Amino acid sequence: MIRFIVRRLLQLIPTLFGLSILLFIWLRRLPGGPETAILGERGTPELRAQIRANLGLDEPLLVQYGRFMQRMLKLDLGTSISTKREVTTEFLERFPGTVELTITAMIIAIGVGIPLGYLAARRRGSFLDSASVGGSLIGICVPVFFLAYVLKAVFSEELHMFPSSGRQDPTLGATRITNFFVLDGLMTREWDAALDALWHLVLPGIALASIPLAIIVRITRASVLEVLSEDYVRTAQSKGLSERTVRGRHILRNAMLPIVTVIGLLTGGLLSGAVLTETVFAFSGIGAFLYEAIANRDYPVLMGFIMIIAVFYVLVNLLVDVSYSLIDPRVRVR
Amino acid sequence: MRPSRRKAAIAVTAVAILAAAGCAESDRDGSGGTSVKDTLVFGVAGDPKVLDPSLASDGESLRVARQIFETLVRPEEGGTKPSPGLAESWTPDAAGTTWTFKLRSGVKFHDGTDFNAEAVCVNFNRWFNSTGLMQSPDVTPYWQDVMGGFAKNESDELPPSLFKSCAAKDATTVDLSFTAVSSKIPSALMLPSFAIHSPGALKQYEASNIAGTADDIKYPSYAMEHPTGTGPFKFKTWDKPNKSLTIERNDAYWGDKAKLKTLVFRTISDENARKQALRSGDIQGYDLVGPADVEPLKGEGFNVLTRPAFNILYMAINQKGNPALAKPEVRQAINFAINRQALVDSKLPPGAKVASQFMPETVEGWNADVKKYDYNVEEAKKLLAAAGASNLKLRFHYPTEVTRPYMPNPKDLYELLAADLKAVGIEVEGIPLKWSPDYLNATTSGSAHDLHMLGWTGDYGDAYNFIGTMFDRQKDEWGFNNPQLFAQFKDADTTADPTQRIAKYKALNAAVAEFAPGVPISHSPPAIVFGKGVTGVTPSPLTDERFSGATFK
Repeated sequence: MIRFIVRRLLQLIPTLFGLSILLFIWLRRLPGGPETAILGERGTPELRAQIRANLGLDEPLLVQYGRFMQRMLKLDLGTSISTKREVTTEFLERFPGTVELTITAMIIAIGVGIPLGYLAARRRGSFLDSASVGGSLIGICVPVFFLAYVLKAVFSEELHMFPSSGRQDPTLGATRITNFFVLDGLMTREWDAALDALWHLVLPGIALASIPLAIIVRITRASVLEVLSEDYVRTAQSKGLSERTVRGRHILRNAMLPIVTVIGLLTGGLLSGAVLTETVFAFSGIGAFLYEAIANRDYPVLMGFIMIIAVFYVLVNLLVDVSYSLIDPRVRVR
Repeated sequence: MRPSRRKAAIAVTAVAILAAAGCAESDRDGSGGTSVKDTLVFGVAGDPKVLDPSLASDGESLRVARQIFETLVRPEEGGTKPSPGLAESWTPDAAGTTWTFKLRSGVKFHDGTDFNAEAVCVNFNRWFNSTGLMQSPDVTPYWQDVMGGFAKNESDELPPSLFKSCAAKDATTVDLSFTAVSSKIPSALMLPSFAIHSPGALKQYEASNIAGTADDIKYPSYAMEHPTGTGPFKFKTWDKPNKSLTIERNDAYWGDKAKLKTLVFRTISDENARKQALRSGDIQGYDLVGPADVEPLKGEGFNVLTRPAFNILYMAINQKGNPALAKPEVRQAINFAINRQALVDSKLPPGAKVASQFMPETVEGWNADVKKYDYNVEEAKKLLAAAGASNLKLRFHYPTEVTRPYMPNPKDLYELLAADLKAVGIEVEGIPLKWSPDYLNATTSGSAHDLHMLGWTGDYGDAYNFIGTMFDRQKDEWGFNNPQLFAQFKDADTTADPTQRIAKYKALNAAVAEFAPGVPISHSPPAIVFGKGVTGVTPSPLTDERFSGATFK
C-alpha cells in the first residue's frame, strides 16, 4: 500500500512537468496579453509594448519558460500581474472557500443522494422511485445559474432566510486563521461567525450539489438494483439475517464501489463547477478568481492555480483508489 | 468493534477541535454584528487593487481612496469644477507656471501628525523623485498621464516632467512649479492619485519601496495595509478572503464628521448578484446599476441616483483602414447616416443624451455651434456618391463580454449602427472580439480596422482630458496625421489665461466636428443605488461620491 502511494506520488513529477509545458504554450498562444487588461481605454500601442517588455513577454518562449521553471523549483509561483500579490497568498486566501463549498455540496449530494437512490431501488416502481428518478433528471437539466437565481429569489429576497451572497457577514469582523471560515470560528470560539459562515454555505451548497446529487441518486439506484438481483442477497435474506445486516453488509457495501468512483470524479469536477456558483453567489473562491485571471491574461495566476489544482486532483483520485481497498478487501492496490 | 471505532473517531475529532479552540485567540473587538444603523455595506464590482492611490488607476481603488484621502483641490460636490480641498485657495503667477496654494490649518493625518506645507512637498517630491519600478507605467499611471516623466527618467520612452519643484513658504503656503503652462493644472490635482499622505506613515511603511522585478512587482506594506490620509474615514481592515474592506469614522476629522461609524465595501462582481444582495438586505447600496434595473429599483422604493454623464461613446473611423475613409466627405456621410436619437432612445439608459462632439456639455470648452450631423439618409448617400464611394465595404469591430458605463450593450448598439450604415448603401462586415484582451489591441493598433465602437470616461473636468487624449497626435485608432490640428491642441494646452484657453477649446471642438474623425454618439449617465432610507450621498460625474454624508433615515 505504501509503495503504491509513493509510486503514485512520484508519477506526479513528470505529470506536472508535462502539464506546465502544455499550459505555458497554450496560454502564450492565446491572443492578446495582460497589458490590455491593465491599461484599458488608456492604452496606447507604445504603452502596451512597454508593459509587455517590462513583464518579459517579448522574450523568446524558451527564455520565459526557463524563468518560470527556475522560480517553480524554488516553489515560488511568482506574483499576480493584476493584483501584484503573491500567487501562493492569493491561492491560500481563496482555496479554503472553494473547499468549504465543495465539501458542503458533497455532504448534501452524498447525504441525500445515497439514501434516496437506495430507497428508490428498494421500492422500485413506487411513487418515491419515479419521483427521485424524475427529480434527478431535472437536477441534471436545470442550469446552475438559474437554480441559483431561483434559490436567491425565494430564500433571500422573499423569505430573508439565507444571505444571497458572500462567505460571511463582513460587519462581524471575524478573526482569520486558516481562512476556512467555519473552522476559524470554531477555533477562536466566535460561534456566531462560524454559524454565519455555515449559513452562507447553504444556498451555494445546494446549487452546486444539484448535478452531483442527481448523478449519485441514479448511480446508487442502478448499482443497488444490480446487487439486489444477486444470489447472495437472496441467500442472505432467506437465511434470516436481519434487514439491517443485509442492507449494510451485503447490499450497500457491494453497491458502493461504482458510487465511490463516481464521487471521486464528481469531487474533481466540482472544482470547475464552482466557477459559476462562486460567481453568482459572490463567493470568494478560486473559481471566480481563475475566471477573471483568464480574461486578464494573468499568466502567473493561471499557471500557479492550475498546477496546484492538478496536484489536488491527483491526490483526491489517490484517496479514491485507496478507499476501494477499504470498502472491498478483494480489490488490492498495487 | 465497529461502533467503538466510530465513537473513538468522534472523540478524537472533538478533542482536536477543543484543543484548537484552546490555542487560538479571537482578536475581535466584540463590537461587530449588532450595530446596524451606523454601518453601511456597499456593493462594488471588483476588489480594489491597491490602497495607495498614487499607484492606482482602477475605479475601485480610487473609490476607497476618496474616503480616506484628500487632495489640495477637489471637485465641487456633484460637479467637476475645482473647489477647496486641503487648500483653501490657489493662484498662478503671471507666467502661469508657479501655483501658490494656501493650505487649511488645523488638519491632522490619521496617525495624529500635522498636515502642512512641508507634508505637501514630501508627497510631490516622493512622486517626482520616483526611481526604479516606481517609474513603470502600470505602477504610477496617473502621475505619468498628467506629469509625463520624473526628476531622472530611467527610460528613453518617458517624456520630460511637467512638474518642476515644490517649495514650502510657511506652514500653510506652498508653491508648486511646473516646466510649462498646462491646462491640466489645477484640475488634474483633483485626482485621488495626487492625494496627500502622512509623511511619517510613508516613511515608516516604506511606501516607495516597490520590490521585486518588473515582471514580478511587489507592493510595499503601506500600499496594502497602512494608507494614512486626512479624510473623514480611516482604514480599518481589508479582509481579502471575504472580499470586503472596512473603513471607520475619523473622529478627529477637520470638517463635518462622517455620520456612519463603519463603512464596508463588499465585492460582488456579478451585476445580478449585487441587485439580489440589495433586495435581500445583505448590502445597503451598490454601484454599476444595470441600465435595465434603474426603473424597477426606483419602483421598489430604492434610492437610485443618476450621475451627470461624464463620458462619450463614439464610433471611430480609421483613415488608414480603407483609402476611401481618408476623404472628409465619406466620413461626414457616415456621420449623417447614423440615427443617434433612435439609438439613445432605444438602447441607452434613461437620461442619456445625443452627443454633438467628443466631450460632454458639463466640461468647459464645449461648443454649442459645432457642425451638426442630423440624421439624413439622402445627404449621406449624396456625399458618398460625390466621393465615388457608393459601394463601400467596411470592417466594423465591436466588443463582446463587456459593459462599459458609456456602452451598456455593445452588440445591440452595433446592430443599430450597422443597420443605419446599410441603409445608405455601405456594406458592413461585423467583427466581434472579446473586450479583454483582444478588442482594445485590435482597434487601437495596426490598420486592420475601419470602424469600431469605443468610449472614454473623463478623469477630471478638463477639455484636454477628453479631446486631447483622442486627437492631439497621430494614433493608430484614427489613422490620420493632421499637423495643423495637433498644433492647435498644443497651443490650447499651453495657454495660461483660462478664458482664452476655453475659447481655443471651443474652436478645437468646431475643427474636430468639421474634420469628422469619427461619430460622437452619446453621453450616458451611470446610476448608483442606495437602500430604502439611505440618504446623504450626492452622485458625482467623476464617481467622487462622498460617503461621509450617508445616513439612515
